[in-house]
Amino acid sequence: MYVAVKGGETAIANAHRLLADKRRGDRSLPAISSEQVIEQLTLAVDRVMAEASLYDRALAALAFRQARGDMIEAIFLLRAYRTTLPRFGTSLPIDTGHMLIERRVSATYKDLPGGQLLGPTFDYTHRLLDPSLLEDGPVEEGERRTEACEPAMRVSDILAGEGLIEGDGTLQEDEGGGDLTREPMEFPMSRDLRLQALARGDEGFLLALGYSTQRGYGRNHPFTGEIRIGEVEIELYVPELGFAVSLGDIRVTECQMVTQFKGSSKVPPQFTRGYGLVFGQSERKAMSMSLVDRALRAREFGEDILAPAQDEEFVLSHCDNVQATGFVEHLKLPHYVDFQAELDLVRRMRGEYEASRPGTQIPQTKEAAE
Amino acid sequence: MNEALAIPEAHSGAKRAVDLIARATRAEISALWKDGEGPPLASLLRGPETGLVMVQGRIGGGGAPFNMGEVTVSRCSVRLASGTIGHAQALGTDREKARLGAIAHALWQEGTSRERVEQVLLAPVEARLADEHQRKSEETAATRVDFFTMVRGED
Amino acid sequence: MAVAADSLTGGFAQPVYDSQAVFRLMMDGMARPGTVKTVATDVGAPAPLGLAAGAIALALCDHDTPVWLTAALQKSAVPGWVSFHSGATITREKAEARFAFIEAGTALPSFGLFASGTQEYPDRSATLVIEVAALDDGKALTLSGPGIAATRGMRVKGLPDGFTGQWTMNRALFPRGVDVVLTAGDRFLCLPRTVLITLAEG
Repeated sequence: MYVAVKGGETAIANAHRLLADKRRGDRSLPAISSEQVIEQLTLAVDRVMAEASLYDRALAALAFRQARGDMIEAIFLLRAYRTTLPRFGTSLPIDTGHMLIERRVSATYKDLPGGQLLGPTFDYTHRLLDPSLLEDGPVEEGERRTEACEPAMRVSDILAGEGLIEGDGTLQEDEGGGDLTREPMEFPMSRDLRLQALARGDEGFLLALGYSTQRGYGRNHPFTGEIRIGEVEIELYVPELGFAVSLGDIRVTECQMVTQFKGSSKVPPQFTRGYGLVFGQSERKAMSMSLVDRALRAREFGEDILAPAQDEEFVLSHCDNVQATGFVEHLKLPHYVDFQAELDLVRRMRGEYEASRPGTQIPQTKEAAE
Repeated sequence: MNEALAIPEAHSGAKRAVDLIARATRAEISALWKDGEGPPLASLLRGPETGLVMVQGRIGGGGAPFNMGEVTVSRCSVRLASGTIGHAQALGTDREKARLGAIAHALWQEGTSRERVEQVLLAPVEARLADEHQRKSEETAATRVDFFTMVRGED
Repeated sequence: MAVAADSLTGGFAQPVYDSQAVFRLMMDGMARPGTVKTVATDVGAPAPLGLAAGAIALALCDHDTPVWLTAALQKSAVPGWVSFHSGATITREKAEARFAFIEAGTALPSFGLFASGTQEYPDRSATLVIEVAALDDGKALTLSGPGIAATRGMRVKGLPDGFTGQWTMNRALFPRGVDVVLTAGDRFLCLPRTVLITLAEG
């Protein structure tokens, strides 16, 4: 129960002033700029964009600064901002096959067309803190290699040649494209909507769920068929021009998780695939997403639904961190009247309980809330 | 109206111009006009305004479309005094860039100013994009793993 | 195919304020069925779309509201104009439409072909904007229902044939049903699905 309570305006104004003061911190240090955040804390910006479900580096960096580095607060700010904007339309589906690749690795094929391209990865670093970063010393530019690269074909296409791997899902072209920002969630949910929910889902939550499938809660024996990170073109059909125009490029991370499948009454033995596609550079999120996508396809493959990661209502109702934080954090708002009622109820029940046990001593402890 | 757009073979040329203007920076577009001179007068038909475009991916990379999230887009449509209409739309929230881009698009369609737009705006942007593309490709290529096999003596 | 130039002109001069003003008129009109409202700002709607109908299209239609147009409107500059200025897509399927526009003198399509919502979501229904000859002349009708103290009279010239019969069937679907806006030039009145229409006596 909520009751409007007046008062506290001065306290709130002063709290916000103090927040601004703390956000700025020591005035003898230069203020951090959005450009610095975009250039030097790029992956934080990417995560804010992915989970806010809005790709705009400048706004994500602003939100990150405004939130003092609190990711979920920044995501919340960006989500709130997007509700103020009109929808112009829907892009043509992006073509990750024609990506300007910045990183591309496969754990299933060593020598695949296009090769293993490590890109700017943390892998193979020793995870030792680097004190040289404390100095603003010169940093070398990336090495270049000019010999021509063959095009990087999709790993899924390699296996598809043998017929041992499923295609790109069973949904038809005109069956996809549902939008959970427009229509309320209904279960069971089709795969297009599940992927939309996962793409904006909390990285930590999806990581934990993906991990749980590896530990045996819905085991499906995954291999990373391919991870690719790079820039893709966004195209929009513009009626007044009469053709699709290119709006620019965005960076995305795609993961094809290949999982062994022993077959069922419905499907012959083959490899199946989980799919992950995320804004920005975030292979942890894309990998987790692809594991959870595969786990959520249990019903489609006639598998038993036993583990949390296979339960779509559980996963999709709880993967959105803005929704989750709203409901958890609302608990700190005043519930004075609510709690008074509960207090009266517990007192009455305690009284009845004591009265029902004749001969027992009534405890003398004073109730804390009084 | 847009005579250039009515000619079918000019279609790809029209797309090239619109696509390059989307990728141009505001400063690159402003280079069309001398300092203090500014762009020609143009009435606003729509915008400049910022909105959202839902980006679609494909399930499995090549299957049915799904919505992966939105991008900010700014757009503008203008009409020059001559009656030529220009449109511009690009990622981001820079509405002034959209307005200048729409004027540049209109100028590109006019015979008298197309050459200038080509030389001062489109050609340099095209060259910059090609440079950036090449640099990124070459940097990534330098991180390609060249496997070599160790000979194991078993026999 | 590119959109013709006459579809690109017009629109709200000040999109935020103008659309809010028209929205306010619509809201008042729906709350007080049958009261005639006048749209003050010209939106340059291409013929045969009237001023009020055009303003309503710009204020209420957007990317999420497919719009259905009669064959005559479909052939005019209206589809390009509506989608350029409002972002709405034009649909040929009546059942998909959230708004439908019908010019004066056209046979009335069956209300039953448009979305009337569901019992759970009666709001997922269409609003029909129908142009008539005049709203201060012609046949006298009496309205009653929510938003009307006792009864309210209205006059409509050029109400399409069969309108009152269709309206009776529409009203029987409540809470489902379509809502109607009658427009005449710069004027309009609203007929939400709750209103009862009877022929005025005498």
